[in-house]
Amino acid sequence: MKVSESPSAGALSAWRRVERCFDRAFGAGSNPLRQLGALAFLAIWLLALSGIWLYAVFDTSVSGAYDSIVRMSRAPWSPGGLMRSLHRYATDAFVLFTALHLLREALHGRWRHFRRYSWLTGVALLPLVAVSAIGGFWLNWDRLGQFSAIATAEWLDALPLLANPLARNFLGSASVSDRLFSLFVFVHIGVPLLLLFGLWFHIQRITRAAVFPPRTLAIGTSAALLALAVAAPVASQGPADLTRIPTPLALDWLVLFVHPLMYATSAGFTWVLTLGTFGALLALPFLPAAVPRLGGSAARAPVAVVDPANCNGCRRCFADCPFAAITMVPHPDRRVGRELAQVHPDLCASCGICAGACPSSTPFRSTAALVTGIDMPQLPVGTLRRRLQSGLETMRGARPIVVFGCAQGADARCLTAPDVLVLPLICTGQLAPSFVEYALRDGAAGVLVASCRDGGCAFRLGARWTAERLAGTRAPQLRASVPRAKVDLVQADAEEEAVLEAAVASMRERLSKINDFSGPTSKMHHG
Amino acid sequence: MAESLKSPAAGGPRGLRAWVGQTVLYGLFALAVGVFSHWPPYRHLAADLALIKLSLVHTGKPVGDCRPLTPEELAKLPPNMRAPVQCPRERSPVTVELDIDGAPVVRAEAAPSGLARDGASAIYRRIPVRAGDRQISVRLRDDVRSEGFAYRLERRVHLAPAQVLVIDFDTEKGGITLQ
Repeated sequence: MKVSESPSAGALSAWRRVERCFDRAFGAGSNPLRQLGALAFLAIWLLALSGIWLYAVFDTSVSGAYDSIVRMSRAPWSPGGLMRSLHRYATDAFVLFTALHLLREALHGRWRHFRRYSWLTGVALLPLVAVSAIGGFWLNWDRLGQFSAIATAEWLDALPLLANPLARNFLGSASVSDRLFSLFVFVHIGVPLLLLFGLWFHIQRITRAAVFPPRTLAIGTSAALLALAVAAPVASQGPADLTRIPTPLALDWLVLFVHPLMYATSAGFTWVLTLGTFGALLALPFLPAAVPRLGGSAARAPVAVVDPANCNGCRRCFADCPFAAITMVPHPDRRVGRELAQVHPDLCASCGICAGACPSSTPFRSTAALVTGIDMPQLPVGTLRRRLQSGLETMRGARPIVVFGCAQGADARCLTAPDVLVLPLICTGQLAPSFVEYALRDGAAGVLVASCRDGGCAFRLGARWTAERLAGTRAPQLRASVPRAKVDLVQADAEEEAVLEAAVASMRERLSKINDFSGPTSKMHHG
Repeated sequence: MAESLKSPAAGGPRGLRAWVGQTVLYGLFALAVGVFSHWPPYRHLAADLALIKLSLVHTGKPVGDCRPLTPEELAKLPPNMRAPVQCPRERSPVTVELDIDGAPVVRAEAAPSGLARDGASAIYRRIPVRAGDRQISVRLRDDVRSEGFAYRLERRVHLAPAQVLVIDFDTEKGGITLQ
């Protein structure tokens, strides 16, 4: 079952439409909606940079905190003022990116099986995000910080944890001591460090985690935040005065929305809502399969299988696996230095990228039964070769085109023309590039590989490895002798079938212009 | 495109439209962050209201009287624990009543904290009231062995809009305090 058939199909489809709009401006690779996790990391780096600056001039005492911030940002365009505003807006951006990242992953149903660890570690960090962000407002100790600190204390007091209400710390100016302020400083520095440590766990089981967005996106986002800091410098809202209720307030709704929610409802309701949402997010991976997982049913797809007789321990699958599901162990043939790939079933995404990386996956091997070093039981390379051979034999048309499609991307089965042979793959990363050459030698006039867009691959790196292998920059490579005019790579996500149809039409037109010297070779049979 | 085997999207879109699109979207992003970072203004208390915080932490009296131990009882105790008088550990709950302009606003009884119920009782209430002159009447009882309220405070106060009036308890200052 495809994602589009899931209960959240409508929301996911809407999200994809917005993503495609962004694609037109940024390109898929630098589309911010496809780089939300990396953008959250960028916000952290900006927060660390501006935070170090602020802490250098910050007076960590009740009496001095407010004045030190005011002094630093008196001139709105001073470096200190810009850093302060950047720190605030980067916080807002961080919360925004984190929320959208969570939403996007949830819409794709990415919480089961091999995604469970990343999902759980990500959700577990949400309280740290909230504490880090909200705690920063207290340090300034202006009217907004006063409001937030008291609201937080009153919220915590609703829990039967402490004998004395925390809110009593804010009854009068004499109650707020430097010692309490040391706690604020610890909260705003210690918790973000803990958050950073937790993020290390969050990305542990994915290889090549994007902890920095593409350069153009990083520059553009940083510039947008800096421009905002210049255009709308953040100002303090007057020193805290515990004898008065600070109202009205220019509230940061992106971070502090929980305070008005509590006062509009009750502390108890807000706790139930918060803990209920948090608990539901944590429980999702353990719930019965009410919501289908990404790209398939809730039942787990078969994982990759290693054939020791055909694995020479070259480590290509180990290098290409997007989820660190492969480790190298001593080969059972006991030859010194020889290794064998070992698949960890719990971590395996069943994407087949390892099979595409294996040098033994070439269809040119003259064996009756093509068996490779690491393969997918649901679609072995031997089966793919048989389907390619039999498909080419039955194809009609002067210039047959073979389309290797991606089951997670645009549905290539929409291409029903008699001159088109569609071979769906789990992921185009499963395709050994030699299959392209094999198809051309076996009678295809052209080969179209249809992967997902950059940043849209359900298995993270499939589209990237496919492009690099076909471009000859990553092993296994498409050989240089293969006529590039007959090979095309198109990137199209789910619901972008029209892009595929256009790519096939374009290829037909191009092939029709190629003269007979470079036309399709006569059919040759291999293996 | 086919020569380099790059997808149409690879490298990102070029040209004026892409630049304009990016500028608009970055602008919208900055606008959204900038706007919701400050707006709409939040007023968590209406303009004509003040706030009374009834907040006190007070340890009630023991629930029973102290009594002298008999010589037999003392003899059963280890020598280092032979205190001549034994007092109950548990404390009385603290009962607080607050009337504003003669109308009952708070009737609260706070149990002593701790597993042995020997800790302080705590009460914290936020009471928004209309600003102006108000007659405050507070009563507190901290001993289950006696009837009536051991501590009382009656005072007429003027509350300005957004002012915070704290009703606390401090034994050293004679009991119930206003600040």
